Amino acid sequence: MQTEILGIVATFALTLIIAIPLGSYLAKVFAGQRVWTNIFAPLEKFIYKIAGINPNEQMDWKQHLKAMLTINALWLAYGFFVLLYQDKLPLNPDGNPGMSPHLAFNTIISFVVNCNLQHYSGESGVSYLVQQFIVMFLQFVSAATGMAIAFAFFKAFKEKTAVKLGNFWQHFTLSITRVLLPLSVIIAIILAFNGVPASYDGKDQITSLQGDSISVSRGPAAAMVAIKHLGTNGGGWFGANSAHPLENPNYLTNMVEAISQMIIPIAMIIAFGIFIGRRKLSWTIFGVMTIGFLLLLLPTLQSELGGNAKIAEMGIAQPTGAMEGKEVRFGPTATAYWSTITTVVSTGSVNGMHDSTMPLTGLYQLLAMMINAFYGGCGVGLLNYFVYLIIAVFIAGLMVGRTPEFLGHKLEAREVKIAALVTLISPFLIMCGTALASYTFTQHGQAQWDTAPSAWLNNPSFHGFSEMLYEVTSSNANNGSGFEGLGDNNTFWNVMTGVILLFGRFIPIIGPLAIAGLLAKKKYIPESAGTLKIDTKTFALMTLAIILVLNALSYFPALALGPIAEYFTMIK
Amino acid sequence: MKPSPSIGIASLQLKTNIKQMKKYILPSIRLTLVFTVILCVLYPLFISLAAKLSKGEGSGEKVYLKGKTVGYKLIGQSFTKPEYFWGRPSAVAYNAAGSAGSNKGPTNPDYLKEVSHRIDTLLKYHPGLQKNKIPVELVTASGSGLDPNISVAGAQIQAKRIAAYRQIPLSKVLKLIETNTEKPLLGLFGPSKINVLTLNIALEKISK
Repeated sequence: MQTEILGIVATFALTLIIAIPLGSYLAKVFAGQRVWTNIFAPLEKFIYKIAGINPNEQMDWKQHLKAMLTINALWLAYGFFVLLYQDKLPLNPDGNPGMSPHLAFNTIISFVVNCNLQHYSGESGVSYLVQQFIVMFLQFVSAATGMAIAFAFFKAFKEKTAVKLGNFWQHFTLSITRVLLPLSVIIAIILAFNGVPASYDGKDQITSLQGDSISVSRGPAAAMVAIKHLGTNGGGWFGANSAHPLENPNYLTNMVEAISQMIIPIAMIIAFGIFIGRRKLSWTIFGVMTIGFLLLLLPTLQSELGGNAKIAEMGIAQPTGAMEGKEVRFGPTATAYWSTITTVVSTGSVNGMHDSTMPLTGLYQLLAMMINAFYGGCGVGLLNYFVYLIIAVFIAGLMVGRTPEFLGHKLEAREVKIAALVTLISPFLIMCGTALASYTFTQHGQAQWDTAPSAWLNNPSFHGFSEMLYEVTSSNANNGSGFEGLGDNNTFWNVMTGVILLFGRFIPIIGPLAIAGLLAKKKYIPESAGTLKIDTKTFALMTLAIILVLNALSYFPALALGPIAEYFTMIK
Repeated sequence: MKPSPSIGIASLQLKTNIKQMKKYILPSIRLTLVFTVILCVLYPLFISLAAKLSKGEGSGEKVYLKGKTVGYKLIGQSFTKPEYFWGRPSAVAYNAAGSAGSNKGPTNPDYLKEVSHRIDTLLKYHPGLQKNKIPVELVTASGSGLDPNISVAGAQIQAKRIAAYRQIPLSKVLKLIETNTEKPLLGLFGPSKINVLTLNIALEKISK
């Protein structure tokens, strides 16, 4: 028991020990300063040459968005067809079939937008070609997309006024060659030496000790499991994701995977402060995020370690906590820890099944994804947080009766409107999506579709509602974890979540970058006694309060119908 | 998008849009190609080659009994015969080509019935076992359906049954459990556990 607690304390400590220096490294790389990885400069030059890119060409915020949207659209189109026809393409040793159009639609969007919601099962749903050339490729480039936009955002606040925010292609390339690829190599090798398969062999047929004939899925998973965490993607090689013993063989790999999914989101916050020369602001943001993270983690631990009250009623002791859907080698503590980090940083990989976690754990998982800014996704976490900051500055400005300013730029109607729109789009998508699904389930249960709506849910009552709410929330947050009991591989869910994924990704990227671009162009107002300082403890508390109030107001009714109602059923 | 006053201007805008698209689309295609080579061919091949030096040569570590492959060390197997240590319940009957958990919610009545049924089965096979001594992992399904481990207590409560069926002294079975216990990482982090397959192989070896 104590070793289990010690395990997660060590995991979080190591995360910070790695993430903080990584942050100053990132700031140096993107400021073009000397770092040891400059040895990769010839490789980058070669990439720019082949791609016909001039890395010195400066882009404004609109050009950044155009470049980003163009390359993302290309991946969507190309990936869709590969998924559709994977059975006719090479590298398919297990003979898996091509995808249905609606599944291909959902899957390709899901990976392009860094969500990694998977409505197929890795062992039987995709070929090795798709795993490597589509899934793993997109895990790299979608993470790099988020980081590239985040660095354009950084540049908006580096100088007093800025129109040009660097070069998207260069940011994108550096994200891969200087960060994602080198770290992935290290992580993948650690994983491979701990038992994660890395060869191209297909399924193996063997006879078990007891004499049963079994087949064992394998494949080059180690390379993908590394970037799946580092890039906060979360899409697993195997159906059971990181609960699968070949994807996460022991406690050491569990620590490595847990650490690797958090280091870039945290490093980006540190890098922001160093890059724009306002370290105190970075630490303030980091402080708010860490408080938020702990406010979700501690009650999650309490809820999981307490075990299932209904099983306790049967006379079974649960000294270490609830075990349904969990693995013995991690134990309930490390699984509860993972469930919090994977929902706050938008990874969405799991090392235990969220559908079987305790009701209140489900509540905290949902809240983490609804807020989506406690560290947040690779690059985009900070953008999400920035929107909350703008709202907080605006409200604080109204309260003290001054024109709101953000880092020396006057915040006006246009920027606040964009921030409000981005803030409102999440509850709109989550509520409408869940309402539509619930309505269809209750009113048209027997509809003659590919899956009758009445057969969607794996659990009755409040928990069934939570399954739908979770799926929609996870899509909007680009998280990708699920209450996997939900029967989601059908036209309704594939199309609906596919559309939500697109909005949930691109609006929270376009909005903040537009605000940053608009602000950066404005005249710089030097700080005076009347300036509202945003790196103080008071303002940090204000931001935290705004985040909590906004989300509580938006989601409380839905949460009350799902996990909260289930909790009261359980303890009754 | 602002409404255009005339079709002429609209078509002009379209032309500039297409021209701008071209400016971005070529680098997009070329970057995609070059990164496909680096990330999807070179990177995984390098990892695959490096993994050749690992224990299972990157294809999964196998375990043997009398020179015959009897399984993968990390993949749990179904043990139903009473002379073997049993692992955890599995939602997919230990199908290593289709991993999954039960995804049953904590208050689902059907699920709770199933758990209660598992408790009864355990009590039937282990006379004298007290309910509150049953480790919870033996009556709940794992996340992957392939969990290779049980807790030390999970093995200990089965020792009497094994000793009886195999007609070996109980002390020998308990000793075997002790030698097969995997300690926490560095003795500090995470739970202690037993690999059921390894334990059963060791059991086969001493039974002869």
